Amino acid sequence: MSRQLSNFPGGLHLPGHKELSVGEAVAAAEIPNRLIIPLHQHIGAAAEPLVEAGQKVLKGEMLAKAKGFVSAAVHASSSGTILAIEDRPVAHPSGLPALCIVLETDGEDVWCERHPVEDYHSLDPSALRNIIRDAGIVGLGGAGFPAYIKLNPGARTAVDTLILNGAECEPYITCDDRLMRERADEIIAGARIMRHALQASKSLIAIEDNKPEAIASVREALERLDIDDIEVVEVPTRYPMGGEKQLIKVVTGKEVPSQGLPLDIGVVCHNVATAAAVHRSVELGEPLISRIVTLTGGVERPRNLEVRIGTPIEELLPQAGGLSANVERLIVGGPMMGFTLQHREAPVVKTVNCILAATREMDASRGPVRPCIRCGACAEACPVSLLPQQLYWYARAKDFDKVQDYNLFDCIECGCCAYVCPSNLPLVQFYRFAKTEIWSQEREKKASDLARERHEFRTARIEREKAERAARMARKKAAVKGDQGTGDNAKKDAIKAAMERAKAKKEGAGTQPKNTEDLTKEQRRKLAEAKARREKALKDQAPNGASGGKEEK
Amino acid sequence: MLDMLTAILAIAGLAIVFGLLLGYAAVRFKVEEDPVVDQIDSILPQTQCGQCGYAGCRPYAEAIAAGEAEINLCPPGGENTMLALADLLGRDPIALDEEGKPQPKMVAVIDEDTCIGCTLCVQACPVDAILGAAKQMHTVIESECTGCELCVDPCPVDCIEMKPLEETIQTWKWPYPVVVEQRKR
Ligand code: SF4
Ligand code: SF4
Ligand code: SF4
Ligand code: SF4
Repeated sequence: MSRQLSNFPGGLHLPGHKELSVGEAVAAAEIPNRLIIPLHQHIGAAAEPLVEAGQKVLKGEMLAKAKGFVSAAVHASSSGTILAIEDRPVAHPSGLPALCIVLETDGEDVWCERHPVEDYHSLDPSALRNIIRDAGIVGLGGAGFPAYIKLNPGARTAVDTLILNGAECEPYITCDDRLMRERADEIIAGARIMRHALQASKSLIAIEDNKPEAIASVREALERLDIDDIEVVEVPTRYPMGGEKQLIKVVTGKEVPSQGLPLDIGVVCHNVATAAAVHRSVELGEPLISRIVTLTGGVERPRNLEVRIGTPIEELLPQAGGLSANVERLIVGGPMMGFTLQHREAPVVKTVNCILAATREMDASRGPVRPCIRCGACAEACPVSLLPQQLYWYARAKDFDKVQDYNLFDCIECGCCAYVCPSNLPLVQFYRFAKTEIWSQEREKKASDLARERHEFRTARIEREKAERAARMARKKAAVKGDQGTGDNAKKDAIKAAMERAKAKKEGAGTQPKNTEDLTKEQRRKLAEAKARREKALKDQAPNGASGGKEEK
Repeated sequence: MLDMLTAILAIAGLAIVFGLLLGYAAVRFKVEEDPVVDQIDSILPQTQCGQCGYAGCRPYAEAIAAGEAEINLCPPGGENTMLALADLLGRDPIALDEEGKPQPKMVAVIDEDTCIGCTLCVQACPVDAILGAAKQMHTVIESECTGCELCVDPCPVDCIEMKPLEETIQTWKWPYPVVVEQRKR
């Protein structure tokens, strides 16, 4: 059963602080009076609302459907009435509001009709993916990428290994640990469905060795269920082991190419909680309406709660015994990769795995910022083998070309570099600044290219219209005073010719043919007869009248 | 015999060397007129507002390429554009004419109740971002408006207003970190 493990560069041994919250079993959080359900809880396009204010909905009903390929549906986390669809503060570093569906719960918590699948083997992978897509399942490890896309290897790629990520390497967070201890069966069931969807040849669950209870629980479940095609891999405890590329490297020894996807090397990686959600969606017919959230740090009773999506974060705090007196701010996520919450009324969304109440002491542990001494400690700690110091200099100088030359976009913002920096430089903040700045410049570039195109199109159109108008004018002018035209171009010639024709016609019509003078009586009579005949024959063939004149000869 | 061979070889060698040199020079010092204008134009923001004193971004690009205009005349582009131009053309950066602070991006909004449908704004818009026919209410396609303000003045009923484009979670940027470095004493 033992597998040869590989290693990733850099990384850190961090104090875990997991003992704070890991002791207590997961309990269901109270259902709030109002659920605030954002339409955009994932990577990709926001979902498109299917409901209106005033409408009654049941628990599990789809409120908004996925819009486009990279998107995810959202569902009613409980039964009640839709109050509004409006901008509300959400858990985002910007503190900006976003469109949310506000649902007043009725306390009944009645399920809508569910459609469990009896035997998922009978479904082909694409039907399975559709169920998972409509259940609104996204990566629950934190990134929030729609899960059904990561279950679609495409026609050409064969998936060798499905890895379930149970590393949970970030300090303080214990929601996956508790899930593995308490619901190993669900994870295993989800893993088997995922494997079927991917047609992967093998699957394994990777867990850091600081979670012996979780490892034992999963092993026990596998044995009890008599499943021998899922391997439990114990990986060393080292931050950021849970990083997708790092874990893949350790488990398979294979390197995901820079800017590439794990699929490129035949590997697909999903979080253990995502697997459990897949099981619930397929075999119980339940969409993703809740998740386990760790409440820890400066709270009186750190614990894990199963929270309905849309529950305001401030309403969870009393259920963790309330905040300690010395809490400065709340962090969404862990201490390494999380961000400061701006509005406590913001709701829990699918990607919120932890609310960490940061105390004054925690924040004060970082010393004053000093200039970079070029010690190179950051480069040694970087798990992606980047040069954080160079990235820092170029991001600071706003040299966005150079910073990309140093592979800024391979940076996973793990914070190892900043953690070890003896000068306490906020390195990751510089990288985040540079990344969003570059994205914004790319957007501006696209907009200005579009503007250029439209301006050029408009200029060309105006030129064309001008030319056409000028031509029309010229034609008219020429028609008015025709013989003044002395130009030698074809147009003028044509006009002249036309005028001559008109003149000739006019003359022809106005004067008598010379050979009709001095005619005999007999000739005149014949002429009159012919004329009458002709007029009769050509009565409604006026255009031929002109040529008829010639026959008179 | 050997002398002759050396001479021939020497001359052949010289010919090759000069040939290569000439070939290199042809590539290296190739006169490319238009691409410079294109490159300058690709740096300009394409707001097409005319604030530079030219009839749009491309005419300004042509004037810069011809050496007739300074590189600091484009207010929408601000300092970044000026620096990029200096970089491209190997000129020295110069201070911006006016306050070089980049303004927040604006979009035109037509008060559709007041609009009388005279189409004057349509004729003024450099990127055809205004929709509407004669005697009909007009409206601005927000995603295509460059914020040039050229439509504001022509409107006889003053119903076009420039509004700052609202920041969303999708367009939000992490701020430049404020770092106060303390030196060890
Ligand atoms: S660890 Fe900090 S001080 Fe050392 S080289 Fe990196 S950025 Fe500079
Ligand atoms: S934050 Fe980025 S640069 Fe710093 S250690 Fe992590 S991956 Fe490397
Ligand atoms: S000022 Fe700038 S944006 Fe406006 S037309 Fe001139 S170059 Fe274009
Ligand atoms: S110029 Fe003013 S009134 Fe005329 S169409 Fe435009 S917005 Fe309407």
